[in-house]
Amino acid sequence: MPKTAAGRKTETKSAKLSANGNNKTASKPEPDNDSAVTDVYDVEQAQAEYVKRRKSQLTAIKKLDKDLLGEMLYQMILGRLFERKCAEVYRMGKIGGFCHLYIGQEAIAVGSMMALKEGDYVLTSYRDHVQAMIAGITPEAVMAELYGKATGNVGGKGGSMHMFSKEKGFFGGHGIVGGQIGVGTGMAYAQKYKGTDNVTLCFFGEAAVNQGLFHESLNMAQLWKIPCIYICENNKYGMGTSQARAMSIANIAKKAEGYGMAGEFVDGMDVMAVREATLRAIERARKDGSPTLLEVRAYRYMGHSMSDPGKYRTTEEIKKYQQRDPIALFQDSLKEAKVFTDQDFEDFNAKAAAAVEAAVKFADESPFPDESELMTDVFAE
Amino acid sequence: MTIRDALNAALREELIRDENVFIIGEEVAEYDGAYKVTRGLWKEFGDKRVVDSPITELGFAGLGVGAAMAGLRPVVEFMTWNFSILAADQIINHAAKMYYMSGGQFNIPIVFRGPNGSAYQVSSQHSQALEAFYANFPGLKVVMPSTAADAKGLLKSAIRDDNPVIFLEQETMYGMKGEVPDDEDFTIPLGVADIKREGADCTIVARSFTVPQALKAAEQIQAEFGVSVEVVDPRTIKPLDIETIVNSVKKTNRLVIAEESHAFASVGAEISHQVMEHAFDYLDAPVKRISTAEAPMPYARNLEVAALPSVEKIVAAVREVCYL
Repeated sequence: MPKTAAGRKTETKSAKLSANGNNKTASKPEPDNDSAVTDVYDVEQAQAEYVKRRKSQLTAIKKLDKDLLGEMLYQMILGRLFERKCAEVYRMGKIGGFCHLYIGQEAIAVGSMMALKEGDYVLTSYRDHVQAMIAGITPEAVMAELYGKATGNVGGKGGSMHMFSKEKGFFGGHGIVGGQIGVGTGMAYAQKYKGTDNVTLCFFGEAAVNQGLFHESLNMAQLWKIPCIYICENNKYGMGTSQARAMSIANIAKKAEGYGMAGEFVDGMDVMAVREATLRAIERARKDGSPTLLEVRAYRYMGHSMSDPGKYRTTEEIKKYQQRDPIALFQDSLKEAKVFTDQDFEDFNAKAAAAVEAAVKFADESPFPDESELMTDVFAE
Repeated sequence: MTIRDALNAALREELIRDENVFIIGEEVAEYDGAYKVTRGLWKEFGDKRVVDSPITELGFAGLGVGAAMAGLRPVVEFMTWNFSILAADQIINHAAKMYYMSGGQFNIPIVFRGPNGSAYQVSSQHSQALEAFYANFPGLKVVMPSTAADAKGLLKSAIRDDNPVIFLEQETMYGMKGEVPDDEDFTIPLGVADIKREGADCTIVARSFTVPQALKAAEQIQAEFGVSVEVVDPRTIKPLDIETIVNSVKKTNRLVIAEESHAFASVGAEISHQVMEHAFDYLDAPVKRISTAEAPMPYARNLEVAALPSVEKIVAAVREVCYL
């Protein structure tokens, strides 16, 4: 991924106001051009829909095992704290290269991946730390990889964008926008070829939808009934360019229709909504291989990468989306359903914070790879 | 047996041998292959093992990479290697690097194959020889057979290899005949050159398209000047068996490299450099290269002939380095 000229030091936690001071304070940001695209991800509308389905969602929560709910919440909190720590140590120069953070999108990975079973596969883009940890790669191994250490997930050869675990069914960590869509299609193809009922979750951002490979892959997947679940994480921005400035239509889920494929729009701030939509897609895929395109709308709180100064959006816009923070929404529901208390949330936070601290300590204390590793793993013997 | 049938036999034997092997590409199944390399395989093995893809090179190359990560052994046919350029991201950014950037967890046992180089008057976009391009990326093996036996033995080794292999055939050579061992365990290891003709006075390193030309040139030189030319075919570009080439040069002290690709940054340039490194003191004349002209391939037959390597051009080069 290209690094902006601004360099890594200029990362802002909250986006800067634009130079002319003429920032929109209305709840709905204006599109940046005169195209027909409007901001269909309206926060108020999403919240209104969320309130409407709240009752059924509470029922769904009550049906789920408490341990699973606890693990879902814990993974969301761990992902959030881990990524915050990444930003911190990146600024200290501990992490090099590109570093894309997942803050704000935790409900997508947790809601979908925790609906999988043994033998299912996952792969994603370069924004992969949280998916890697949910798959079962330890925070220590992910952090050590970010530090470029020998104890890292791939021995310091991949870095932030390339986490992998064959053992855990985590097929990467891919750095070319949309490149993993073809790979994921092939993984699911192999699952069907081998006669299993397993599925592949293939994550990518909304900007990848403009790549040719997205269309080539969806065509083959529907043509051949390949059990791939395409999860488009629509975080509204492809690097520093808003979706409205880069895509001729706003509704990505609708693109599935062009291939005769099932497509669904999902509220990506609602972890239970993501889980349920994924389960519907999984059911289709396990039954006869039918693929699904899920457009899961979320919001990227941080810049595209640590080198993104975020001048293309306003603090107000970020704050607006943060009103529907996925962790806060889930905690409210869990509390209302009387599954967990505030004390439980504090305990989850403390546990996650300790795991992150342990990961940093481990990464700090680990050795760099031996120089002899430079020429290993080029070819399989 | 023709090179076409030798490739067909290799594919068939490997499909039988390993159920994880499958073939995917444009018109490889029902149509029997654009150049008939896959003739009869769809009828014998069915839809699962021999798959007609849409015209979607990046898509089916990506599908192959993912399937290989998940344990299958895809053989991906490009109708010509010119179309592989559409799929280059999957070959170079994904297949070539996956094993390394996953710290040795995910190897990619995949073969990308199809005709490379010129045909007859198919013009600029259908005549490119891409071996130097692919050989420049660590993680890819690059193979170029020039005989029917090599075609069969090398393709079987490529399919059994645990790494991505770029397997470059030559369209105008599919009909060339040669002896091929019938043994289904006949393989030729990747990375081993073959001396196609022994000689004492000059070495020609040729591959694919230029091997038959080099052999003819050697005969002419022998007949006309009584000079004995050795023809070395590396067969595998990467890994390159430089030892066999260097040993030949140490014997003959003269080197001509004949290749179908363009000259700039070519495989011939690499061989020339490695020979300089390993046998500088043995060379009695500067290394001479015969390559395709530095222009897109023209359509007109006379211009195409002028652009390509030929027996005459190779003879002239040998005469030059031998001062004949």
